[in-house]
Amino acid sequence: MIEITQLTKHFAQHTAVDNLSFSVKPGEVLGFLGPNGAGKSTTMKMLTGFLAPTSGSASILGFDIQKDTLKAQQQIGYLPEGAPCYGDMTVRSFLEFIAEIRGFKGVEKRARVTKAVTQVELETVLEQSIETLSKGFKRRVGLAQAILHDPKVLILDEPTDGLDPNQKHQVRKLIQSLAHDKIVIISTHILEEVSAVCTRAVVIAHGKLLADGTPLALESRSRYHQAVTLVAEEPLDKDALAALPGVAGVEENALEHSLSILAKPGEVIFAQVNALIAERGWKVRELNVERGRLDEVFRSLTRGESV
Amino acid sequence: MTKLPVIFKRELASYFATPLAYVFILIFLVLSGVFTFYLGGFFESGQASLAPFFNFHPWLYLFLVPAIAMRLWAEERKSGTIELLMTLPITRFDAVTGKFLAAWVFAGLALLLTFPMIITVNYLGEPDNGAIITGYIGSWLLAGAYLAIGSCMSALAKNQVIAFILTVSVCFLFIVSGFPMVLDGFSAWAPQWMIDAVASLSFLSRFDAISKGVIDLRDLLYFLTLIAAWLAATAVVIDLKKAD
Repeated sequence: MIEITQLTKHFAQHTAVDNLSFSVKPGEVLGFLGPNGAGKSTTMKMLTGFLAPTSGSASILGFDIQKDTLKAQQQIGYLPEGAPCYGDMTVRSFLEFIAEIRGFKGVEKRARVTKAVTQVELETVLEQSIETLSKGFKRRVGLAQAILHDPKVLILDEPTDGLDPNQKHQVRKLIQSLAHDKIVIISTHILEEVSAVCTRAVVIAHGKLLADGTPLALESRSRYHQAVTLVAEEPLDKDALAALPGVAGVEENALEHSLSILAKPGEVIFAQVNALIAERGWKVRELNVERGRLDEVFRSLTRGESV
Repeated sequence: MTKLPVIFKRELASYFATPLAYVFILIFLVLSGVFTFYLGGFFESGQASLAPFFNFHPWLYLFLVPAIAMRLWAEERKSGTIELLMTLPITRFDAVTGKFLAAWVFAGLALLLTFPMIITVNYLGEPDNGAIITGYIGSWLLAGAYLAIGSCMSALAKNQVIAFILTVSVCFLFIVSGFPMVLDGFSAWAPQWMIDAVASLSFLSRFDAISKGVIDLRDLLYFLTLIAAWLAATAVVIDLKKAD
């Protein structure tokens, strides 16, 4: 369990994190969302004991990060933003250094390093110095050091930033495979990632908590939740669609030649729309019911706050 | 359990991972030879002693030691690895001391490689080898004091060049604080105890005593206290500046 209580951080003039409180349970993969400068990294830096909060507290599995720093840090695997590593070391010597810091020796140390290396597929670059590696490999070295001691808490700051789609997929797979009994917190501004790996999403902007729920619940806050989007071969009677019960409005998307029929909150309009199409005999090429658009929810949440 | 040895080992290895270590050792050996034989007049003095060798160490170190010290923390801050290091379960003490000791041992290694001096002077005459040993101890302590100052300056500056310049400046102040030109500036207005205090801060008088073969406990304590104080200051500065 991670408990964050009224965590606040002031820098000189501005407030990076403002009275943030939430808790995370084992088994949860928490997606930490927010625009750049929202306070995601600052929160993570306080959770891992790098920064001291101005006020408030955070505890990791019962260890207060300010008072019991070392014990709390032992529970955490942390990938800082940008995955900094000692560039002049080889991948192997770097991971062995981390293993020794984590208290492993001899056979166990080698076994831990080998396991982490296998998990993130670093076998081919083991003897190369880290500064010669590509961005994707460097990120994976950072991940390897974070998971090496099989921590109960994984805190990953933008783990897939700068990776290509294959590498992103791979990292998400890895996070999912590790997640079942752990607490995982990942920060990201890639929204598809939240739907792909997270069981819970927390949105912050200007250091304040704006939303907290499952990705599905977040999607359902979208205007497009339960909307029916269709592509037809002929112009449709928009007024007739708008007049259907439960319909909040009709939006035309010029670029895709599609129409989105928005539902009123709590209404399901698919049946009505479908019946009207059958009645009028419209030729419809594509039709789907939307779950909601995360990016739209994200925008309306964070922009409303920043203006 | 202390993780100091792990930090120490990584740090020491990192000196040899780049050409830095070899370049430093080479320059140190060449310059100490030049200073001893040309400027120090080793042969002309006609004495079997390494005084011409040790006399120049405070000045030689003034530019060479800050070059080792400047990367200690500035590099960690610049590359962001300080965030990794400070979120690993290690104490501030282990990190600061481990890094310092690695630099100090490295400086000691460079110093030990001047052993041909000892062979030469023993071949040519019958020197006081006890004084030579205390000379080496004094020189190593002096390097340690420079390094501790450099460690703190390196934590203060994100830029290694600035760390270097700051270290040279502060070390220079510690060298010249016993000089008449500095003390004269105080003697006009300051009470005697303050002049004595400033004079007693000087590296030179302490180092001279040790390198002549006189080991006074107070001089040893002076260097060790100075090192401890600057390392403590390093820890404080790191906490203040690490996130900048």
